[in-house]
Amino acid sequence: MEYVVEMLNIRKEFPGIIANDNISLELKKGEIHALMGENGAGKSTLMSILFGLYQPDNGSIRIKGKEVRISNPNVANDLGIGMVHQHFKLVHNFTITENIILGIEPKKGLTLDLKSAAERIRLLSEQYGLNVDPYEKIENVSVGMQQRVEIIKMLYRNAEVLIFDEPTAVLTPHEILDLMKIMKNLVAEGKSIILITHKLKEIKAVADRCTVIRRGKLVGTVDVAATSEARMAEMMVGRQVSFKVDKSESKPGAIILQVENLSVLNHRKVLGLKGCSLDVRSGEILGIAGVEGNGQTELVEAITGLTRVESGKVLLKEQDITHLLIRERIEAGIAHIPEDRQKRGLVLDYTIEENMVLEVYDRVPFSNKGLLDRDAIRNYTDKIMKNFDVRAGEGAESFARTLSGGNQQKAIVGREVELNPELLIAVQPTRGLDVGSIEYIHKRLVEQRDRGKAVLLVSLELDEILNVSDRIAIVSNGELIGIVNAAETNENEVGLMMAGVRKGESN
Amino acid sequence: MKLQFKKGSAKSAVVAFLAIIFGLLAGALLIAVTGSDPFTGYAYLFKGGLMSTERIGDTLATSTPLILSGLSVAFAFKTGLFNIGASGQMLMGGFCATAVGLTLPLPFIILLPLEILAAIMGGAIWAVVPGFMKARFNVHEVVSTIMMNWISYWIIYYAVPAYFKGQFLETESRAIPDAASMKVNWLTHLFDGSFVNLGLFLAIVAVIIIAFILNRTVMGYELKAVGYNRFAAEYAGINVNRNIVLSMMIAGALAGLGGATMYIGNASNIQIGILPSQGFDGIAVALLGANSPLGSMFAALFFGLLYSGKGFMNAMIQIPPEIADTIIATIIYFAATSVLIERLVNMLRFRKRGQ
Ligand SMILES: Nc1ncnc2c1ncn2[C@@H]1O[C@H](COP(=O)(O)OP(=O)(O)OP(=O)(O)O)[C@@H](O)[C@H]1O
Ligand SMILES: [Mg+2]
Repeated sequence: MEYVVEMLNIRKEFPGIIANDNISLELKKGEIHALMGENGAGKSTLMSILFGLYQPDNGSIRIKGKEVRISNPNVANDLGIGMVHQHFKLVHNFTITENIILGIEPKKGLTLDLKSAAERIRLLSEQYGLNVDPYEKIENVSVGMQQRVEIIKMLYRNAEVLIFDEPTAVLTPHEILDLMKIMKNLVAEGKSIILITHKLKEIKAVADRCTVIRRGKLVGTVDVAATSEARMAEMMVGRQVSFKVDKSESKPGAIILQVENLSVLNHRKVLGLKGCSLDVRSGEILGIAGVEGNGQTELVEAITGLTRVESGKVLLKEQDITHLLIRERIEAGIAHIPEDRQKRGLVLDYTIEENMVLEVYDRVPFSNKGLLDRDAIRNYTDKIMKNFDVRAGEGAESFARTLSGGNQQKAIVGREVELNPELLIAVQPTRGLDVGSIEYIHKRLVEQRDRGKAVLLVSLELDEILNVSDRIAIVSNGELIGIVNAAETNENEVGLMMAGVRKGESN
Repeated sequence: MKLQFKKGSAKSAVVAFLAIIFGLLAGALLIAVTGSDPFTGYAYLFKGGLMSTERIGDTLATSTPLILSGLSVAFAFKTGLFNIGASGQMLMGGFCATAVGLTLPLPFIILLPLEILAAIMGGAIWAVVPGFMKARFNVHEVVSTIMMNWISYWIIYYAVPAYFKGQFLETESRAIPDAASMKVNWLTHLFDGSFVNLGLFLAIVAVIIIAFILNRTVMGYELKAVGYNRFAAEYAGINVNRNIVLSMMIAGALAGLGGATMYIGNASNIQIGILPSQGFDGIAVALLGANSPLGSMFAALFFGLLYSGKGFMNAMIQIPPEIADTIIATIIYFAATSVLIERLVNMLRFRKRGQ
């Protein structure tokens, strides 16, 4: 059997950590090959090597049987390798066409030939069912569309081997289904795909084979059809993983958060949240279910103070906080795991320790009379990193930028839980995490609840909402459709309500 | 107490060093093109700056305003702001200091602190205006600081002849009295009559204070957080707008102080019709110094050396002094494209390890 890509005995070391230790991966033509492993296992690093972003310290790469040296992404392009990164690389005020041709601009004499480029993009879009409008600007399109732009970008460069680094982490369930269809189309047309994902369901649905790595080492490559999900999870984490969240009956206490008739403008200056009222009690987890962009962001930002409230009230422990400053709200006991870890959650050019005190640097013991206490900050950071299993090459001193995506997320979750807040707002807290870490984060959320704190969980993943929450509030189109008890509902009912059907309205 | 030495600093030093080497090489080429010998040329250039105690003093004095303007730009950069207005802030600071020196008949010990205060306030106010406009109305600081440059230019143009007219010339102010100057006898003597003055110490103190603020204080933490990622800063409840204004204020104060070291330190009066080029050189200094306070100081000393040596080089052999300016420009160019140099460093390092 001829392989299109063979990565043999690849080794890559970063300061303080061996990201890839003697890893081999072979990709057959026309297959979807899943690459799986815990956060920080070295998946992105391995693929970055294949894409020419990093040079391996050791090992060799063969493309269609020929040994090659991929010194930079241009070489990778020429070899027919394309990659969609974990965090997209698009210019937001450029059109889709402009983004796609960036770096290989077609010229007509001295001028850009945008027209023929757009035409080719339209054809590619049709061929693979991508539905992309070449003239739309990136800032106006959804995340799912941005990803398709990245896909066309690869196809436009005649890529034969497509690498997807956690493509589904940022997508809505519906977009995920679309993406899987697209991937199937791609392999049907003779492309080969390497897919990094943490979601076993997706691997089961599309992948032919799956390579598992753990802490930089190869665990093995298996045939997906012949291997159970549980078995793959075990290969990855090294122990059995439970997919169910163990938790006792909730014992709700006093009301912690009370939202009264809240209306909030979205960034397009129209009402994104309309007259929403709900409350979260101590000792319970309230889940917010809804399709992305149906008012969740507005609700969260109004509670945390990132957005102004148009009308209505937010109360925390009976105190009106509607007009408090963000910092005052944090001090009043609100912690927030933000939706976008790289935009809001971290200062990427700060080290982990500097990031761990982002909200508390001005409190004793982290600072005293305006002077930072580095030792106190270090101890605090070490504690969080240990508790939440945040792995980084140079420990607390690693720059946030160098952490793997999942470890960045774990660091943020750790920081917010460590604030020991009265109200923890967790927005997509397990985005991009491996199954082991998801299990762990869920446990910590439940633990927070059992300590008598209130938790507001916003997630696009219905499974997560159904598993973790005690009560579920469903939003659609900026309106609260209803609140149901998690124990008395099911996926169907919640799904219908997410589509805007109120309880009792159907049948 | 640990002094933070960031991991990046070694790399920045290498990059800066390479930028200098490339700049000097390009300069050598230019000297050769003009028909002289590059080695003799450079020998005279460095001799001109270092040959005697006096010349060393002059080099230090030339570097002083550059240290402060570089520090000003670097500090603003750390907060994500581009302070192109250091020049106007220097002018304003220098003018305020001169005005105090010419108006108040006080003894040195009291007068000097007052002058310094005036300079700092003048510069700070001149930078707070753009800072405020950025925070409040989102006016880009590049535009507004340049506008402030010209406003200060014309204010000096009007105010100096109107209130502080020189004895013989309309275009400059009266000379300040000795009691108002940063030049002190012991320092002049120590450096054999050089015009080096107390400004140098002020600059060094400023470097230390700014490094301390950036690395060890809550204030520095907030300022840098805003500069690196204002969305995350906002999320954490850091007052982004206040920090923008504060950052500009400090940057302006530094530039203002730099102006004082020029007009009541190195010189003893203020001319009209000139925006001090040292303010713009500050951008280059900050760039070469990788925006770190200490780095900016070394970069300023290096530029000061080139500036003070170029006259001697020109006098000794037929190399136009513009060559020195060209070398500086080339170095800036290489420093500005430091990404390329960094890539080169990485490549060399890989070759060594990989093969
Ligand atoms: N540029 C870098 N400098 C230093 N360390 C790095 C760098 N890039 C990655 N690492 C480290 O290498 C390890 C592997 O990272 P990598 O991004 O490959 O993980 P991953 O398997 O993609 O994880 P995730 O699922 O969380 O995205 C991590 O410990 C990370 O901290
Ligand atoms: Mg990754």
